Amino acid sequence: MPVVLEHLGKRFGDGAPVLDDVNATIQQGEFVALLGASGCGKSTLLNIIAGLDHPTSGALEVPSDGAAFMFQDSALFPWLTARGNIELALKLADKSGRTTKASRAARAGELLDLVHLGGAGDKRPHELSGGMRQRIALARALAQDRQVLLMDEPFAALDAITRDLLHDELERIWKETGRTIVFVTHNVREAVRLGQRVLLLSSRPGRVVAEWNVTEEHRTDAGRAGELTGTITRRLREEIRRHAN
Amino acid sequence: MPIEQETLPAGEHAVEQTSESRYITSPALKGNPDELRDLEAGLDKLQSDAHRKARIDWTRIILPVAALLVLILAWQLYVSLGFKRVDQVPGPLDVLSQFGSLWAEGKAQEAIWTSLQRGVIGFLISVFVATPVGLLLAQVQPLRRAFGPLISGLQVLPSVAWVPAAIIWFGLSDGTVYFVVLMGAIPSIINGLISGVDQIPPQYRSVGKVLGASRLQMALQIVLPAALPGYLGGLKQGWAFSWRSLMAAEIIAVGGTIGFGLGSLLDQGRTLSDMATVMSAILAILFVGILIELVVFAPIERRLLLRRGLLAGSTR
Repeated sequence: MPVVLEHLGKRFGDGAPVLDDVNATIQQGEFVALLGASGCGKSTLLNIIAGLDHPTSGALEVPSDGAAFMFQDSALFPWLTARGNIELALKLADKSGRTTKASRAARAGELLDLVHLGGAGDKRPHELSGGMRQRIALARALAQDRQVLLMDEPFAALDAITRDLLHDELERIWKETGRTIVFVTHNVREAVRLGQRVLLLSSRPGRVVAEWNVTEEHRTDAGRAGELTGTITRRLREEIRRHAN
Repeated sequence: MPIEQETLPAGEHAVEQTSESRYITSPALKGNPDELRDLEAGLDKLQSDAHRKARIDWTRIILPVAALLVLILAWQLYVSLGFKRVDQVPGPLDVLSQFGSLWAEGKAQEAIWTSLQRGVIGFLISVFVATPVGLLLAQVQPLRRAFGPLISGLQVLPSVAWVPAAIIWFGLSDGTVYFVVLMGAIPSIINGLISGVDQIPPQYRSVGKVLGASRLQMALQIVLPAALPGYLGGLKQGWAFSWRSLMAAEIIAVGGTIGFGLGSLLDQGRTLSDMATVMSAILAILFVGILIELVVFAPIERRLLLRRGLLAGSTR
């Protein structure tokens, strides 16, 4: 089931609209990068899709079971171990009480292995590095077993090597699990690296002003990818400069 | 609404390739999966905390004992200088011998045991009453707005003020003592829990919401554990209030079916003008308080903070 946004608008109180007439359709299994300068309402849009916030106008269609969400800061619960965080997500996702403690523990083990952290399950969040925390957060988001996965700049605070690694890891997991991913970022390279499609959101009000397809050719040919990155960067800068005066 | 499709045809910018290739993630990293796996494992190892070996820190024992000795020596020095009569200000040794004789009579044990039992029972009842009430107030806005000021006010009201009312209602019975203890401890535990809940990073609730927590699950699985450090602070204060209220009640309400507690011992010392007994009772009250802090609360608090990584750099 696709995610459909139709004429979506959002304003807080009487202020200027944060989002205005946002239209987009995200197909099932698609990896979409949502790109925009800081403060363009990317996170607000993501919160609306996740059901954490409500639009003031327009309509949106999301799968009935909602969406999994991954935050910029891992937001792991410090009183639980890495495994405990994942098990809690499994427990909260299980509305009908069909799973047992043992089956949840087994599933948590699988998810830890999926993010290559099988050995770190008993560590607490503060004992893990930023990259490891994000991988646990990813495993927790996957534990919800929902088709749509929303990611709000999840790798923004990581160092370059870790970020590159997590890009590969996320791509692998996306291919293995077939999730629909909406990935918010302000980093053009990251958007081109990950997305099948890049949507550019303008600032104040936020609106989808341009989109690019990232083809297989861009993935295999670094030159073509660099060229696309250049094009998108120019368009993004143009969008930001519009606000200079 | 304008949507540009800018998927450019292949080959058009072949010349720019080399100059623009710096924009992309290094292709080398996307190469060999095994190599990547090792790189990742290496980073994980480098970046996680090395296991620190725990050992007994003797300064934790030596320093407080030394501080205590200094205070006792100062006390002895003051007594030796002889500004006051010894029956008004007894020295450490006089108090110790008086406490020894009270112990030999069995009076000291009786008083400590009676008070401790009441304090602990009163405190536990307060915890059972205050926890659900505090959680409810913290989670339900209209309730919080309606009763919040009242609860804060009750915390300011000294619980001794309830003693006369309690005596009229319950007579000179244990009911009076427990009533005063509850009135002292419950508001402070509720307040501790509420302020603990107020300090929860808002993101935890967002996470709980996207994880699909129901209202009850949110309260029990996310809010309560997240508020635990603040709640524990509330419990500590609640215990302090229980213990103080208990002493106040025992000093004022003597006789009837009320058992003989430390407050009663203190009051008896006053009636007999026996300063050594008064000092013994005061010190016993103090030491029971310190003991409970050291044996019960400090280890729990330490463990809680340690597990959340909040202890680094603290002076504890």
